[in-house]
This record gives sequence, C-alpha cells and structure tokens, in this order.
Amino acid sequence: MFRLEKVLAALTTTFALLTMAAPVGAETQRWGLNLPTPVSPIGHEILELHNWIMLICAIIFVAVFAVMFYSIYAHRKSKGHEASQFSHSTFAEILWTVVPVLILVGMAIPATATLINMEDTSEADLTVKITGYQWKWNYEYMDYGVSFYSNLATPREQIENKAEKGEHYLLEVDKHVVLPVNKKIRFLLTANDVIHSWWVPEIAVKKDAIPGYINEIWTLIEKPGIYRGQCTELCGKDHGFMPVVVEAVTEEEFDAWVAKKVAEQEQSSIDQFQLGTESLVQTVEVGALR
Amino acid sequence: MATAEVAHHDHHDHHPTGLMRWVTTTNHKDIGTLYLIFAFIMFLLGGAMALVIRAELFQPGLQVVDPHFFNQMTTVHALVMVFGAIMPGMVGFANWQIPLMIGAPDMALPRLNNWSFWILPFAATLLMSSFLTGGGGPAAGWTLYAPLTIQGGMGVDLTIFAVHMLGVSSVLGAINIIVTVFNMRAPGMHFMKMPLFVWTWLITAFLLIAVMPVFAGAVTMLLTDRHFGTAFFDPAGGGDPVLFQHIFWFFGHPEVYIMILPAFGIISAIIPTFSRKPLFGYTSMVLAVAGIAFLSFIVWAHHMFTVGMPLVGEIYFMYATMLIAVPTGVKIFNWVATMWRGSMTFETPMLFGVGVVFLFTIGGLSGLMLGITPADFQYHDTYFVVAHFHYVLFSGSAMAMMGGTYYWLPKWTGHMYDEKLGKWHFWLTSIFFNIAFFPQHFLGLAGMPRRIPDYALQFTEFNVISSIGAFGLGITQLLFGYIVYKCIKGGEKATSEVWDNPEGLEWTLPSPPPYHTFETPPVVK
Ligand SMILES: [Cu+2]
Repeated sequence: MFRLEKVLAALTTTFALLTMAAPVGAETQRWGLNLPTPVSPIGHEILELHNWIMLICAIIFVAVFAVMFYSIYAHRKSKGHEASQFSHSTFAEILWTVVPVLILVGMAIPATATLINMEDTSEADLTVKITGYQWKWNYEYMDYGVSFYSNLATPREQIENKAEKGEHYLLEVDKHVVLPVNKKIRFLLTANDVIHSWWVPEIAVKKDAIPGYINEIWTLIEKPGIYRGQCTELCGKDHGFMPVVVEAVTEEEFDAWVAKKVAEQEQSSIDQFQLGTESLVQTVEVGALR
Repeated sequence: MATAEVAHHDHHDHHPTGLMRWVTTTNHKDIGTLYLIFAFIMFLLGGAMALVIRAELFQPGLQVVDPHFFNQMTTVHALVMVFGAIMPGMVGFANWQIPLMIGAPDMALPRLNNWSFWILPFAATLLMSSFLTGGGGPAAGWTLYAPLTIQGGMGVDLTIFAVHMLGVSSVLGAINIIVTVFNMRAPGMHFMKMPLFVWTWLITAFLLIAVMPVFAGAVTMLLTDRHFGTAFFDPAGGGDPVLFQHIFWFFGHPEVYIMILPAFGIISAIIPTFSRKPLFGYTSMVLAVAGIAFLSFIVWAHHMFTVGMPLVGEIYFMYATMLIAVPTGVKIFNWVATMWRGSMTFETPMLFGVGVVFLFTIGGLSGLMLGITPADFQYHDTYFVVAHFHYVLFSGSAMAMMGGTYYWLPKWTGHMYDEKLGKWHFWLTSIFFNIAFFPQHFLGLAGMPRRIPDYALQFTEFNVISSIGAFGLGITQLLFGYIVYKCIKGGEKATSEVWDNPEGLEWTLPSPPPYHTFETPPVVK
C-alpha cells in the first residue's frame, strides 16, 4: 500500500517549510508528516512549541545556506573571483555568538513553561497504574480496583504475511484502556521485568516504565475517540508488538464501563474461589488416598 | 631475510617486509594505513547489517529475519559503526596526519601505537563471535541498557569483553596522541599555530581518556550483575536501572563528540584549501571545540528525559544542551565565512566539505529540537532520533572521513585519485543518504518507534523509500573502496603540494612521503 500522494505531500511540505510559504498546513496533519493532531492541553502546547522551533530552525538553515550557496555561486575560481585574505572579524564573531544565545533564550522560555505544566501531576481526577511486562501492558484503575492485561490483538498470520493486514495492523489490542474525557488523569508507570515506555502520541504521554520505579505523568483528553501508540523502549524480542490503545469516552460511558468491569471482576473472583476450593478438595482427596 | 631487499633503501628502512611488516610495524604511516583499512572493513560490515535492517523494514510484516535477530542487527550495527568504523577511522587519520602536521618524525610512543591497533581486530572478532553463541549476539541496543542486557545470553559477555578491549585500544591511542602533541612539535609550532585537525584530536584524546574508563566500569558492573550476584542495576536486589543510563550517557554523550570533533578538524583543513583563503576565526574555532568538549560532560541526561527526572534536573539539562548550539553555530558560521569571498574550486574533497557542512547542520538543528525537553518527550526513541544521529554521524563524521581520504590520499599514495569517480561517489552518497534518512524524520514525527522489526501500515511509504536509499548508499560505498584501491595502485603522479598552495607542513614533503619524515625537525616561522 504505497501512496504516492503522501510522498508528494512530504516533498511539498519540506519545500514549503524551507521557503516559509506555509510552515504546517492541514495537508501535513492529514498525511501524518508532522506530530499528530493532539487532543490534550499539553499536546497542543508541545505541537505549538515544535512548530515554532522547527520554523526558527528552518529560517536559520535557509539564511546560513543562502549565504553559503551565494558564495559558492559567486566566489568561485572558474568565474575569476580573486580570494581575499581576511581571516577574522571580531564584530562578526561576537554577532554570531550573541544572536544565537538570544534565539535560544526565546526558545527556552516557552519550553520551560510547558515543561513545568507537564510535570504538574497534582489534583488528578483519576489514577491509572500502568505496568510493563514482556510483552504486554497491565492497567490498574487505582480508584476502582479494576485491573486487566492488554495484549496485541493482531493475528500471527498477518505478521507472517499469510493473511491480509488489517487497518490497525500492530496497533490493536484485546482490551482498550478506557478513559473519561475532560478529566485530569494521572498515570503511574512501572515495569515488572525490563524497562518499557508507554507512548500515545495524540495525548502527548510518553514515559518510561522502569522496574523498581514509579513514574508519573498526566493528561487530559479533550475528545472522545481511539488513540493508538506503542512501547518505545527496546524491551526484548517482541518490543515491536506491545501496542497501547486508549479509548476516550464520555463520563457516563466511563462510569458504565467501570461498573461493568467491577461486576465482571467480582464474578471471576468468585469463580476463581470455587476453582480454588475444588482443587483444594482434590488435593485433600489425593492426600487421603495415600 | 629481507636485508637484500632493503639494502638499496635509505639506512632507516630496516623493517620486515610482507605480512610481518604490518604486524610488527611501529611506523605511524603504516599504522595509520592499518587503522584506515580496518575501519573501512568494519564500515562495510556494519553497513551490511544496516541493510539487513532495511531489508526487513522494506515492507510491513516479517519477511527476512525474526525479531530477535533484528535486535541483534540494530545493536551490532551500531557497535561496529561507532567502535569499529568511525573511531578507528579517525585514529587512522590522526596517525597519518598528526606527525606530518606538527613536524614530528613519528608518534611519541610507537610500540604502544602498534599495540593499540592490533588489539582492534581481536576485539572485533570477539564481538562477531557472539553471533555463534547460543543466544546470538547482543540484542539490547548499543546502549546496553540494564536490566535487558542482564537477560541476554553469552553474546553479551563477549560484547562486554570486546568493549573492554576497544576501550584499552582507544585510551592507549589517546595517550599517544596527547604525548605526541605535547612533546614532538617542531620548533616554532606553538599550540596556537597547530592545524585545527591537531587541536580537535588533542581535545578528543582528553575526552577519550575521561570517558572510556567510565564505560568500561559500567559494562563491568553489568558483567558482575550477570554472573557474580551483584545487583548494581537490578531492582530485585536493590539496584537501580536508571543508574546504568546515567553512567552510560556520561560516557555516551562525550562519545558523540569524540566521533565528530576530528571530523570538524578535517573539514577545517579542506575548506580553506579549496577556498584559497585562511581558515576564518582560528582562535574562535579552537575555543569552540574546547567549549563543546567541556559542555559534552554536563549534558548527558538529555538522552534520558523520559526516565522521570526531577523538574529542575530536566530544566538544567535542557538549558545546558541548548548551549551547545552556540559553539557549534560558531563553527558552521566560520566555515561559511571561510568560503566567503574566496576563490573556490570543487574537487571531490571540497564537495565532501561543503556537503558535510550542509548536512551536518540539518543534524545539528534537529539536535537542538531534541534538546527542547517537552518536545523531546514526543521525539524520544522514535525515527526522528534515528534520522538525527545519522545526519550527525554519517553526513558528519563518515562523510568528513571520505572527504579527508580524497584530500590526503594523493599525499599518502603519491597518485591522484580518479576525480570523475570521486565526484560520482560524492553525489551518489549524498543523494542516497538523503533518500535513506530524510524520510525518517517524518516517520518519527508520525509516531514510529525506533528498534522495531515491523510497523503499522501508515509508515509504509517512507520505509520503502528509506530502504531504497539505504541500499543505494551501501552499494555506492563499494565504489569508494574501488577508487581508493585504484589510487593506491597507480594514477597520475601527485606533486608535493597536490592542491593549489595548501597550508600545512605535510605539503612540504614529497608525495608519497618517505617512510621516515622530519628526522630533522622543520622550523616553523
Ligand atoms: Cu516494551
């Protein structure tokens, strides 16, 4: 499935950025050439910061290389240009030390503000603990006692090219992480074996899940929908096969989902208890037979 | 046995011939050649591994290799390129050029020099032999992050020993360079008269001595965690996986500059020659290199913003990282100013020189973006990072070495290389390089993690393009090997100056220079 339009869009975007015609347009987002359209406040801030810094970098790039290519065009021996022999200019050297410092300060200010926001996990409405395993995720809704594992749902045959690949190839799981919209959600991250990293680009959450550590990060999802991501820290053989799927729903739907999950879990713990008793009885019987 | 052979040579040339010449040599030119050949072989080997990676990623789905082998490929490709190709390649340039540039008869510690080189083939063999062990080669990434590395098989242990040996080799090489530069300069060759290449290598040598032992320590701790019951990095025993990352990157960040600073030195030699103008801002260039080297020690945690650092830590590492843009910018601006109002010609070395300035800057700017902490949370561990460091390491370090090869090869061999083929090599390399790596920026931004053997369908287009570029890039390098081979074998005789009035002591010697040079030191005015 090779879409030539996407490649053309990439070329136009790069060209547009370098000529300052249109730094980031809807085309860019549509074809997935830039960071995806965010659905969280931090996501918006990061996208803005990213676009802004990328634009500054593009301007610097174009300015420097306009000078260089002009020089390459004009100051060449084949055009009979005589080399002048200057080898320093205190003014120029101070200029191109000071100006970059000022530009950097201009970048650092908004970046610091966003960073402070990102790290503020206080006053969350809901806490979800995420544990990375080789190679699946466990989610625990601390406030409700709900917990489950989430595994890759893509069939083996698709990976081995024996069946046609589905639309969400490798980005689909058996159980979604259901989360309410417009609530401040705090994630606690850890891992059980090696380091993993939980990433969902659209909600701007990426944080390492490290054994022995509990990391924190937060988000607030503005729009209901399904958001997909992946493990981003190499965690062994199936690192590429432990996706994350977040399903953002309204508050009512979320409450209903929680209620259902709680009921399911109670039922299954009763089943488990019965199963446990049965095997205990068996053990006793076996013991008695001896 | 070879006395009859060498009798007609000059009296210093009592050295064995044939294979033993290369095994026992203490001559800086021979050792430089050995380093460069070794680096090129490793470059092809690491490149072949990269092509396995790109073949697997050509299409979604698993076609060529299984995920475990894929991880071995990404890991060993990086280790081979960093420790086998780029670092030894740069040492090769140092060996050939530093004595010629400072007017010294040889390196200060010639036997040590022989040993530093001959450790390398054994270290590389050890690393490669890991593929023959049960669990295969190391598969945890070149960063060897614990606790994943603790899980690996015997291949990891072989890798650790290989790293120890490579470290010994690098530190010995670095000591040799420092001693040479401090003690062997010709009369009048003051520090502030040394060519920038010598300066960059002197500073790089200090970086090597400072950080290679740290890396050796880190991998030794891994080794004891794996086999002797310690738990430095294992949380189950009270250890700390993040500690490994801090130690690793305390080595790893200066390591980046170890690979790029000598490249800056090569570029600073090439651009003035073909602009027919002195290097602009020599003093500020030296200060910029020193500044970059100093900063490289205090920014390491920008590789680990997502591990969960305190806010002040993140802010500090962001600011410190951004500062590196200032001296790096100074270098770029000075190179452009060197070209400005020159009288430029574009022989192959100059093409590489200009190409490196242009492409390295793309990597530098994406590096600045990566240093912006909040944005880094999105870029981290994606293909955006992969694109970034290939723009720095391939179109920075590796292409600078190619340019340096064309620049000094006529001096070393006494023959001109094939200019037409050289230009072909440059253009094919640059074009395929960009086809291979520019699309990876898009992949990363769109959300493709690095180090995955298979990917979601929306990443297909750019992976296809990237793989095509990578294969083109790989095949083009065989042309490079052919051009160099052809130049060694023959070609138009090179004059002692080779280029149009280049600056530096090496150009006062005949091409090729005699086996022993500057036995009586030249006097530098
Ligand atoms: Cu993982």
